[in-house]
Amino acid sequence: MIIAVIALGLLAGASGLLLGFAAIRFKVEGDPMVQQIDSVLPQTQCGQCGYAGCRPYAEAIAAGEADINLCPPGGQNGITALAELLGRDPKSLDPASGIEKPKMAAVIDEQRCIGCTLCIQACPVDAIIGAAKHMHTVLVGECTGCELCLAPCPVDCIQMVPFAPTVTTWKWTYPVVEVKAAA
Amino acid sequence: MRFKTVTSPHLHQQTGVNQVMRRVLYAMVPGITALVWFFGWGILINLALATVMALGAEAAMLAARSKPLALHLGDYSAVVTAWLLAVALPPLAPWWMTVIGILAAIVVAKHLYGGLGYNPFNPAMIGYVVLLISFPREMSAWLIPHGIGQPHALSLLDTLQIIFGGAGSLPIDALTGATPLDVLRTQLGLGQTVAEIRNSPVFGIVAGRGWEWATAGFLTGGLWLIYTRTAAWQIPAGLLGGLAVMATAFYLIDPQHYAPPWFHLWSGAAIFGAFFIATDPVTASTTPRGRLIYGAGIGILIYLIRGFGGYPDGVAFSVLLMNIAAPTIDLYTRPRVFGERQP
Amino acid sequence: MSALFPFHGGLKTVRHKTESNQTRIWTAMLPPRLTVPLRQHIGAIAKPLVQPGDRVLKGQMIGQPDGYISAAIHAPTSGIVSAVDPQPVAHPSGLADLCVTIESDGEDRWINRQPVNYPHLHPSELRNVIRNAGVVGLGGAAFPSAVKLNPSGRSERLDTLILNGAECEPWITCDDRLMRERAADIVAGLQIMAYLLGPYEVMIGIEDDKPEAIAAMSAACVRTGYMVCPIPTRYPSGSVKQLVRLLTGKEIPVDGLPVDVGVQCFNVATAYTVHRAVNFGEPVISRIITVTGQVHGPGNFEVLIGTPFAALIAQCGGYREGVERLILGGPMMGFALHSDDAPVTKAANCLLAVGPAELAPELPVLPCIRCGACMDVCPADLLPQQLYWHARAKEFDQARDCHLFSCIECGCCSVVCPSHIPLVQYYRYAKNEIWALEKEKQRAEQARQRHQARMERLEREKQEREAKLRQKAPRVEVVASSGKQEG
Ligand code: SF4
Ligand code: SF4
Ligand code: SF4
Repeated sequence: MIIAVIALGLLAGASGLLLGFAAIRFKVEGDPMVQQIDSVLPQTQCGQCGYAGCRPYAEAIAAGEADINLCPPGGQNGITALAELLGRDPKSLDPASGIEKPKMAAVIDEQRCIGCTLCIQACPVDAIIGAAKHMHTVLVGECTGCELCLAPCPVDCIQMVPFAPTVTTWKWTYPVVEVKAAA
Repeated sequence: MRFKTVTSPHLHQQTGVNQVMRRVLYAMVPGITALVWFFGWGILINLALATVMALGAEAAMLAARSKPLALHLGDYSAVVTAWLLAVALPPLAPWWMTVIGILAAIVVAKHLYGGLGYNPFNPAMIGYVVLLISFPREMSAWLIPHGIGQPHALSLLDTLQIIFGGAGSLPIDALTGATPLDVLRTQLGLGQTVAEIRNSPVFGIVAGRGWEWATAGFLTGGLWLIYTRTAAWQIPAGLLGGLAVMATAFYLIDPQHYAPPWFHLWSGAAIFGAFFIATDPVTASTTPRGRLIYGAGIGILIYLIRGFGGYPDGVAFSVLLMNIAAPTIDLYTRPRVFGERQP
Repeated sequence: MSALFPFHGGLKTVRHKTESNQTRIWTAMLPPRLTVPLRQHIGAIAKPLVQPGDRVLKGQMIGQPDGYISAAIHAPTSGIVSAVDPQPVAHPSGLADLCVTIESDGEDRWINRQPVNYPHLHPSELRNVIRNAGVVGLGGAAFPSAVKLNPSGRSERLDTLILNGAECEPWITCDDRLMRERAADIVAGLQIMAYLLGPYEVMIGIEDDKPEAIAAMSAACVRTGYMVCPIPTRYPSGSVKQLVRLLTGKEIPVDGLPVDVGVQCFNVATAYTVHRAVNFGEPVISRIITVTGQVHGPGNFEVLIGTPFAALIAQCGGYREGVERLILGGPMMGFALHSDDAPVTKAANCLLAVGPAELAPELPVLPCIRCGACMDVCPADLLPQQLYWHARAKEFDQARDCHLFSCIECGCCSVVCPSHIPLVQYYRYAKNEIWALEKEKQRAEQARQRHQARMERLEREKQEREAKLRQKAPRVEVVASSGKQEG
């Protein structure tokens, strides 16, 4: 009898813990709409939209405070995707927030870097590594091209370099159909 | 050494849209010859007038949409539209009817929808339906098949005068009459049996006198189109099959009041429509099964319109109705892809 | 012989085989400089093992496979490595890729070759020999063969091992000549493959326009139990999916591999290199390539990997008048080279110089009239007209729904289209865009997570700082007041 009570008690306790853990682990975070919008944004985290990152911008869109055409890295495709998601008409990018540019990555001129760590503090995705007074390097694979590290650098040794196409990233282009006047 | 680069394949067959369209024109020749034989110069004059008008309208629209003129005029699609419409018009139709029909077909049905390849509706049939709705009396006034080489034929001059100047002193009413399908329809309405009606002089061996030979001509040309794979066999097969099934069913129920299936298949524009109108690829269904369904739909509609609708023949309306359905048919009749499991 | 199972669609194309298949395989000259790309296969680029200045011997490994799906690269001749850097390679983009450049010393001195007696080796060791010899599919795809020769992970025995000698593309005859002249070697390689895979049956598919090759292969297959199956000459019978269906009646599922239906398929030239690798210890450092079209002396050449195309063309007596395009591969699926200074790779089966005589005049593109001619020839049973519609409108999701990725880019649809629409290019474009978008999505997701991690870290650090601050609060006040005093 007592054993049964203890067993049941333990079982109840265990499942309670499990549930509690699950509640924390699988918590539905925030508003699913915000999440959906966020998943469409390019995650460059550059702040050109006027918000502190992609998620705050997503929240603003969901709340109806911001228009959908403020994100330059997302470009026209991003705006179209947002318009589709929200059932609105697509529009063109607001020139006030910036212009659409090819994808780029930051490169630090390692000769000139003085190891001030200012860029590390600016990088929204921790893509710059290096310790104080030591030369810093950008992890090209992680850099989102947000350009936030350019301004803080006291010696202007960071440059944005566009991604050059390689044989693995090269793409077939949209066919240019020449409609020639028949002779 | 550096070279020009383009994508594969580097081979191309020398077929072109213009060749496809030209074949359709050739295939219409036997049928048109028979029509001319039985109905006289009017057919030819309509054809010529429609062709000139269609090319003019096409050129004007192309210029307005700033497309290369020679290239698109050279694809012969406007000529095909013109011929399809002209063949469907009564031989003595006044010139302005042809003009209106062609304008409706080329300007509205074709170019306002984006030109060749983008029009959802068969342009010739739009032209025809516009005329049929606007001028029902003129559209049903077909010549009684006299034709060149037979007594009472209208001379070329007479025909020209009628088409461009009105009937004038000519006894036009005596020359024209209802089409065989019209006769069948009105007489059935008067309570006569099919067998009695068939005794009327407008009927020949299988169907309308004169008409039946034109149908034979179009069938010949149509079979040639299928043989050369210019047209998809599924559409005529579906159409004639659908029509035959409907006609047979009703004929078996009551042969007194419903014409036999061979009469239906051989009458009006059934054969012509099956091989030449419904097979217009742009507005038809494009999957193999879809084409069968599309054709069958037209066939069934033709029968329903002939038997129970307000018009003696229903090819034009049936085709247009199925044009609307074509994209949906395509969506649900996608063929099984290689390696895809049977659903 | 078993009955065939025809596939839908396909084309009877021009053949143009006799230009190059009338003479024996020539051995190409040793060029003074070889540029060996480190990426000649599907999968990860090989890791360079040499540096400029190193002396290498013929057959020495200069690129190491990087990961499971990768292939080794070897020095095609002896000499000195002069550079390890990006050089123009044979690619539709004309871009450069990492290559090892070797200045030949003219001696062509082999490394110590070690043939193995394979029945005494454990299959995994034998596979390693093949892997280290850099054997890849020589039919064009260049997939590392050792991976395909590994039956592990499958419980049942393989049903059918197919050797592909169809060579359905016009102009190409390198497999034809190889089968005619070295049938016994091919069969020896096939035996090694069969030893590794243990299939119930082995079939060799050869298009029936190659009677000599069929005869030679049949003679070599006597007493092996392998079936030589002549198949109708109909492009693209040499495409894996079509060949498997033709011979076995099985359809490789959409998104599937041949092994999913118990079949494995290799090119005849691959079998030949397996034989050389195992029984002679020779890695893949050469291949047979057809040079044909508008050149003075067309034919088949056994050529070292890394030989510039220009050197090969020079050996055929150079171009004839009016060459406009140089195609690597056949005219149906090959791509136009930007220039002839790119080098021969393992996958290069044909070099075709074409001029106005071969190329149809470029006809103006008209709108699609939905005639369905493309559908009638599509061997993948697709609706190319619908695919085109969606690709053109950049409706990638719909294109995918219409099975864009089942398209094998065979080109049949483009050939027959009366509107002369470059259909295949639209499909390639759409596929590339979809892949790029997918990569972009992954990147964005990665960035989102990193950003979130950073925000959490900053938050944590802030809290820690505050906690510390609270702990040390009294002292802070003192410092502050002392500051004031100083000020
Ligand atoms: S502008 Fe920058 S921060 Fe704003 S949503 Fe776009 S990528 Fe994110
Ligand atoms: S062959 Fe060309 S014109 Fe015909 S349906 Fe296909 S894409 Fe359209
Ligand atoms: S290229 Fe693709 S769509 Fe065209 S015929 Fe070949 S498999 Fe079909």
